[in-house]
Amino acid sequence: MIYGVSLSLVLAVMWWVLSGYDKITLLAFGVISVVIAIVLVLRMRILDRETVPFLRLHTLIPYYIWLGGEMAKASMAVVKAALKPEIDITPRLVRVPVKADTDLARCVFANSITLTPGTVTVEIEEDAYLVHALDTSFTAPEGFAEMNLYAARATDGDTS
Amino acid sequence: MDILLLIRDIASIALLAVGVLFVLAGAIGVIRLPDFYTRIHAAGVTDTLGAELIVFALMLQAGFTLLAAKLLLVGFILFLTSPTATHAVANAAHRAGLNPLLSRHQPPHPRDTETGEKS
Amino acid sequence: MMEWANLGAVLAMALAMAIMLGRLFAGPSLYDRVLAANSFGTKTVLLLLIFSLLVGRADGVDIALLYALINFIATIAILKFFRFRSLEISLAQMSLRRAIDGDDD
Repeated sequence: MIYGVSLSLVLAVMWWVLSGYDKITLLAFGVISVVIAIVLVLRMRILDRETVPFLRLHTLIPYYIWLGGEMAKASMAVVKAALKPEIDITPRLVRVPVKADTDLARCVFANSITLTPGTVTVEIEEDAYLVHALDTSFTAPEGFAEMNLYAARATDGDTS
Repeated sequence: MDILLLIRDIASIALLAVGVLFVLAGAIGVIRLPDFYTRIHAAGVTDTLGAELIVFALMLQAGFTLLAAKLLLVGFILFLTSPTATHAVANAAHRAGLNPLLSRHQPPHPRDTETGEKS
Repeated sequence: MMEWANLGAVLAMALAMAIMLGRLFAGPSLYDRVLAANSFGTKTVLLLLIFSLLVGRADGVDIALLYALINFIATIAILKFFRFRSLEISLAQMSLRRAIDGDDD
């Protein structure tokens, strides 16, 4: 129920932002389209935690702000490596273990690895990811473990 | 009020300049790096940090309007789709059997070509 | 002042797009080209955004939004086509074909 209400709110705000209308007759069309979208979602039976990840924004937003700092640091390293007059890199393909209970946490963790410049998730396996790194300085296991812990905490809310 | 507008403009220009520098550095990296898997990283710099910085700079210019909300939406969509597309390209190349370069890439010096790896 | 900064940003974005076109034409493998096309699309979105603020027409932002979505879908569609040689294939068939081919490299 809470998922349906929050999804309707988000859809309504998005309709309003994208159209920019404020007349009451036109807003009625927006309400109708939101209702149609909700009915479709209910028929597809995909209304659950993974369709509506908005309820964990209070932990996801600090997580992505922290990730922004990591991205800035890694970007500087990648730019330095790419702009050196003589390119001197040692690419690595490493296997990163994943500790996550839910699919959402796994997804956020894989997405975070790809978002951080210098590391890309190449293949998803049962309990590990195959990660390609631009240089050996990007493959510290502690960094991945820290990111995994934060991602799991931000999506699941527990510290296991 | 005028000094606030000036501060806003200067902040916007600074963010825009840094974002454009990241985008250009990413483009140069895509040309220069030796291997497909390493080029992904250079393109990733462009797609994530450079794009977000430019979107934030434009949001500062737009002020507190509906336009800023739309710009935020564009930034959000880029933030979600670009790592997914990057992973899709990398995964497709990996499945197709494209082997990554894993040795040290270093341009050979003219004086010690015997000891340096040529790749 | 702001206009000049935006104009410079548009020109820099066009320069980055030209560099990316070089990789698109020179790329040794198909995946280099797909990566360059995707990155080119991202830069197109940014150029549209800056340009629409430069000329003061907010419609460009809507077009940029659409372009971002279409760029993502096109990348996925190209990759799907070149892996399965068909677009009319469902997720269930994909995993079935993967199992038949023994695709575990």
